[in-house]
Amino acid sequence: MTNYTQGTARYASPKKKGFFSRLAGQWQLALMSVPIFLYVLLFNYAPMWGWINAFKDYGNRKLVARGITPFNGLDNFKWLFSRPDFFVAIRNTLAMSVINLVFGTVSAIILAVLLNEVRQKTFKKTVQTVTYLPHFLSMVIIVAMAQNIFASNGPVNDLLGLLGIQPVFWLGEGKYFWWLVGLINVWKEVGWGTIIYISAMTSIDPSLYEAASIDGAGRFQRILHVTLPGIKSTFVILLIMNIGHLMEAGFEIQYLLGNGLTAAYSRTIDIFVLEYGTQNMDFGVATAAGIFKSVVAIILLVGANFISKRLGEETLV
Amino acid sequence: MTTTNYQNIKVRKHYDVVFPIVNAVILILLMFVTLYPVINTVAISFNDGTDALKGGIGLWPRVFSVKSYQSILSDPAVYQAAWISASKTVIITILNLFWTSMLAYTLTRREYVLRKVITTMLVLTMYINAGLIPNYLLITKVLHLNKSYWVYIIPTMFSCFNMIVLRTYIAGLPEALVESARIDGAGDIRIFWQIIFPLCKPVLATVALFVAVGSWNSWFDTHLYNASKTQLHSLQYLLKMKLATTQASANAAKSSVDALSKSTKTTPVTIRCAITVISTVPILVVYPFLQQYFVTGMVLGSVKG
Repeated sequence: MTNYTQGTARYASPKKKGFFSRLAGQWQLALMSVPIFLYVLLFNYAPMWGWINAFKDYGNRKLVARGITPFNGLDNFKWLFSRPDFFVAIRNTLAMSVINLVFGTVSAIILAVLLNEVRQKTFKKTVQTVTYLPHFLSMVIIVAMAQNIFASNGPVNDLLGLLGIQPVFWLGEGKYFWWLVGLINVWKEVGWGTIIYISAMTSIDPSLYEAASIDGAGRFQRILHVTLPGIKSTFVILLIMNIGHLMEAGFEIQYLLGNGLTAAYSRTIDIFVLEYGTQNMDFGVATAAGIFKSVVAIILLVGANFISKRLGEETLV
Repeated sequence: MTTTNYQNIKVRKHYDVVFPIVNAVILILLMFVTLYPVINTVAISFNDGTDALKGGIGLWPRVFSVKSYQSILSDPAVYQAAWISASKTVIITILNLFWTSMLAYTLTRREYVLRKVITTMLVLTMYINAGLIPNYLLITKVLHLNKSYWVYIIPTMFSCFNMIVLRTYIAGLPEALVESARIDGAGDIRIFWQIIFPLCKPVLATVALFVAVGSWNSWFDTHLYNASKTQLHSLQYLLKMKLATTQASANAAKSSVDALSKSTKTTPVTIRCAITVISTVPILVVYPFLQQYFVTGMVLGSVKG
């Protein structure tokens, strides 16, 4: 017993000791965590020093070759906002992320509700196993599949042919691009997206369903008045997180699925950054575009969090 | 009054029979739509190359041929890429499990003085990112990791999301485990290795799945840092390059079918599908075994940091 109190005294009530003597007593914990912490600082925080490039001029090739990149204030930002293709990139990013957010969320909730109504355990498990699968496939693989499915003579056009509709050149026309990306994302993530909602549904008190039944609620009314309110806080948290990610429309799918014919609709901010940074070697403009993206993302996240707090809902931070 | 009640009940009973059937039909259709592109790709990969250009292949090859696989499997670049993909996946997975669980344990110890600062700094990285170009500059200009195998390993040794998954799991273990070991005189390193780590098996399986799939599926690191080093190309990057060539030929001429079919027997379409199948098989093989674990992991990770 004395041993026990001594043990806890050393660890749990060290208020009287100073920070460093406490840390010395916990050298084993420090040994296990500080190296990784330094690693995270190096790979996640040190690169932020690179933001300084946004205020430097990489336009003069001769100077850059000699390693001279003079500061040019906000010129890179001014230049960005004079470029129509940057606004096209912003438009494409927002369009695709809103499409992904709306259809992704709605489809996941519908599927979660449908799965929640399945009483047959094996069937439910099978549907889950199958629909989770695409989440684990790489975007390269998925785009390879999409190129078959949406090919001019692929299954989708065959199906339309049965209905008497002329084949559509799905992958070569810009106006379809956003919706194709939305569709492919739903296909990939709908099953995976249900996991969180289903876990929220299992924590709904079953007596609520019984009470609703006794009050004469049918299946749809039970879904409407018990299931959906039961997942509301999960929905709000995910919504806040996703609003913080609105500037991330995904990068891989646009980069892989887009081509010369659809470029006006497939070029996102990330692709803009990549092209200016690694192809044109204009790190100044590319970093400025990246900073713009981060700043907007933070404003969106804080804003969504604030509105949610005002509405009396769950908050993230 | 009685009649309406009776009708209501009748309607409801009727409806309770119909709904599960409609629901099952919808879900079966969904499974079909999910699996169709996968099976379609397998079917095309086993089809004769020239014949595949006519399109119209559904769930079964029309003219069976293993030529695409023969042509791929006779290419040494594919073996090299498979080796790169497999080896980096194994190394990254082991390193991640090691670092991540160790850090997660220390961050569950309430008495640890650095707990707050480390947790905050780590969680922030999930929302704030330096961005593509600063990271690119760090890796190429400062650390000079590009054009080397290390670029696959070193920048991806740790993931904050997985750390939160593990931390939530470890925090749920009984505190008495740690306390009693401490009374017996064990230090934190021993407590972690001999008591906590073995208890984390199910959640470690989840994290291993996330990390391994992420590493196996990555192509952008190769694209950005190792594109000029062919011997360091991963399998996904190989497929990505095949995609780019078919894309380019599709752009060049929509009706290039004749030209392509004349030039070569095994066309890019079937080759592309065969590589797709080869690079998907490892995931399909491990998926059923790890399936039971990842739902738990996903739910643990969704607890806010």
